[in-house]
Amino acid sequence: MRQRSIRSRLVVQLVGVAAFLALVFFFVVRGVAERAAEGTQDDILSASAIAIADSLRSAEGRVTLDMPYSALSMLGSINEDRVFYRVTSGGVTLTGYADLPLPDATPQLGVAVFDTLTFRKDRVRMVSVMRAVGPATNTQAVTVSVAQTRLGLEALSQRITNLATAIGVAFFLVAAALSLWASNRALAPIQRMTDAVTRRGPSDLRKVTANPPTELVPLVEALNSFMGRLSSSLDRTEDFIAEAAHRVRTPLATVRAQAEITYRKLQKPEHKQAIREMIRAIDESSRSAGQMLDHAMVNFRADSLAQDALDLCAVLRETCDRLRPTADLKDILIHLEVPEGPVTFQGDGILLQAALQNVLDNAIKYSGEDSEITARIEPGEWISISISDQGRGFAGADLGQLTQRFQRGANAGDVVGSGLGLTIADEVARAHGGRLEIGDTKKGIGACVSLLLPLP
Amino acid sequence: MRYLLIEDSAKLAATIVERLQLDGHAVDHTPTLDAAHACMAVADYDLILLDIMLPDGDGRDFLQAQRKARSPTPVIVITARSAVSDRVSLLDLGADDYLTKPFEFAELEARCRAVLRRQIGAADNHKSFAGVVLDSTAAELRFDGQTVALRNRELRLLEVFFAAPGQVFSKTHLMDRLFSFSDEASENAIEVYVGRLRKRLEGAGARIETVRGLGYRLVPA
Repeated sequence: MRQRSIRSRLVVQLVGVAAFLALVFFFVVRGVAERAAEGTQDDILSASAIAIADSLRSAEGRVTLDMPYSALSMLGSINEDRVFYRVTSGGVTLTGYADLPLPDATPQLGVAVFDTLTFRKDRVRMVSVMRAVGPATNTQAVTVSVAQTRLGLEALSQRITNLATAIGVAFFLVAAALSLWASNRALAPIQRMTDAVTRRGPSDLRKVTANPPTELVPLVEALNSFMGRLSSSLDRTEDFIAEAAHRVRTPLATVRAQAEITYRKLQKPEHKQAIREMIRAIDESSRSAGQMLDHAMVNFRADSLAQDALDLCAVLRETCDRLRPTADLKDILIHLEVPEGPVTFQGDGILLQAALQNVLDNAIKYSGEDSEITARIEPGEWISISISDQGRGFAGADLGQLTQRFQRGANAGDVVGSGLGLTIADEVARAHGGRLEIGDTKKGIGACVSLLLPLP
Repeated sequence: MRYLLIEDSAKLAATIVERLQLDGHAVDHTPTLDAAHACMAVADYDLILLDIMLPDGDGRDFLQAQRKARSPTPVIVITARSAVSDRVSLLDLGADDYLTKPFEFAELEARCRAVLRRQIGAADNHKSFAGVVLDSTAAELRFDGQTVALRNRELRLLEVFFAAPGQVFSKTHLMDRLFSFSDEASENAIEVYVGRLRKRLEGAGARIETVRGLGYRLVPA
């Protein structure tokens, strides 16, 4: 499973932290504001209750109250909240709302007791104070309770909540945007490194020199050491293939040369025949070994295709010139028909030459003596490099199969071959984005093999 | 023709030398580049046959040094590596041709001939008999002011006869010279080529005579 990207992790974490901070901010602001508002109400309620208590008088053993209305009006100033009061002495209501509950705890002298309770379907805040009224010989404990609904307070608290929410959301949004920006900036060096590596060609195994941030240095060092090992391993593979070719071919060359000398010295036809068969077997195995190594090398090079600027006419001409002495041995003429100007192409010259050489070599092998081979370049929708001969052709063989490894035509007969020539040509064509087309010539005499390459 | 063979495999070198000497060439063999330099200091060669992997160095460096020194001697590289596995084309390095091991002697001979022919003004390589000149390098016959061009097999066949005029060559011997081991040829093919040669030699001072039951020989007309 693919890991989530560092960027999205970073963003999620930063946004999470921002959300948490926004919530904390919201609760703190709301809590502080509500406590401040509640404290204000409590102070006014206390002041009001104390003002009422201060107005209590004792006359002839009876408690009287001259209600100071200013004590109630100071409460009215907050809002449209309703105010209730009750003055009790010894369980008897002296004045006010008789149904206003008494405080849970009996207030002590000089200490106000606060309660929050439901009264007449509204939440109210109530303060109660106690006073001792009357002469020292006959004091009466009088409790003054003043209550006020909390509508104003709730409205205020709602406003504060709204404000805290707005500020919290704004804080969150700004923090989220900042975390996005910050994570992009923090990851920019990684993107730069990625670009530096992906822009490279397939065979570019040089060290990454882009200046990495400290955290990426170990990664870049690991990458560089990996590229170094890969490059030396590729070199070793190439050396190995070349060395293998050398080791296989040199002894075969010695055996073949000695056999040929021996053949010349022998007189008896049956001895000559035996040596002849031996030489053919040597040819068979050396050709197979050579083609297999070539095939391995073609596959190897196709992975990191060279991009030389080539003139295909020159490539074909050189290939024909190279095989002309071989063709001469059978008195075969090679005609070259190429356009006058250069036919330019980007590709691996050595691979293309190997492909053409294999095709041309096939043509010479399967052609009779005193015949002609035509090598032609025709630019068109594709650049077509075709080699046609006057040999035995493919005689309706399964043409698709002939490009597969070790497949030889049914009419190959006694011609020495490995069945890899067309495979190599086909692989080279594909590596260059083209294909190999094989068939009999239009005139029906001989074979025609075309290497089709895409126009540059 | 004088050849220099630079090849470290003693057995292979011995057979190459033996074969080239059979064709009438003088061949010096050296197993190392050092020895090759020594040989070249004292003798002129028409052609150098060069192996690539040598005990005291890379044949390609030798080749480049030769080209830098503007040495006119053509070089044919005999390599066990294939062209595909060499990063640099041997021809780009200044080789006149190259041959991949193992090779057929006929092929080596053909390539030497082609390289020598390209080397215009190289020592002339002709033999004459009864007023008829066989120019191997130009692949032609000359007699009575006439010039007759020869195909490759006609030339090779005539070379056999001109090397030893009057000697009888069997059909088998001639076939061995003309056809490679991968060709399936019958003795009739030789009759066809001898017929062609007789046509080429019409009006010349020499002719090819049939020696019944034995073969053919070159005799004055």
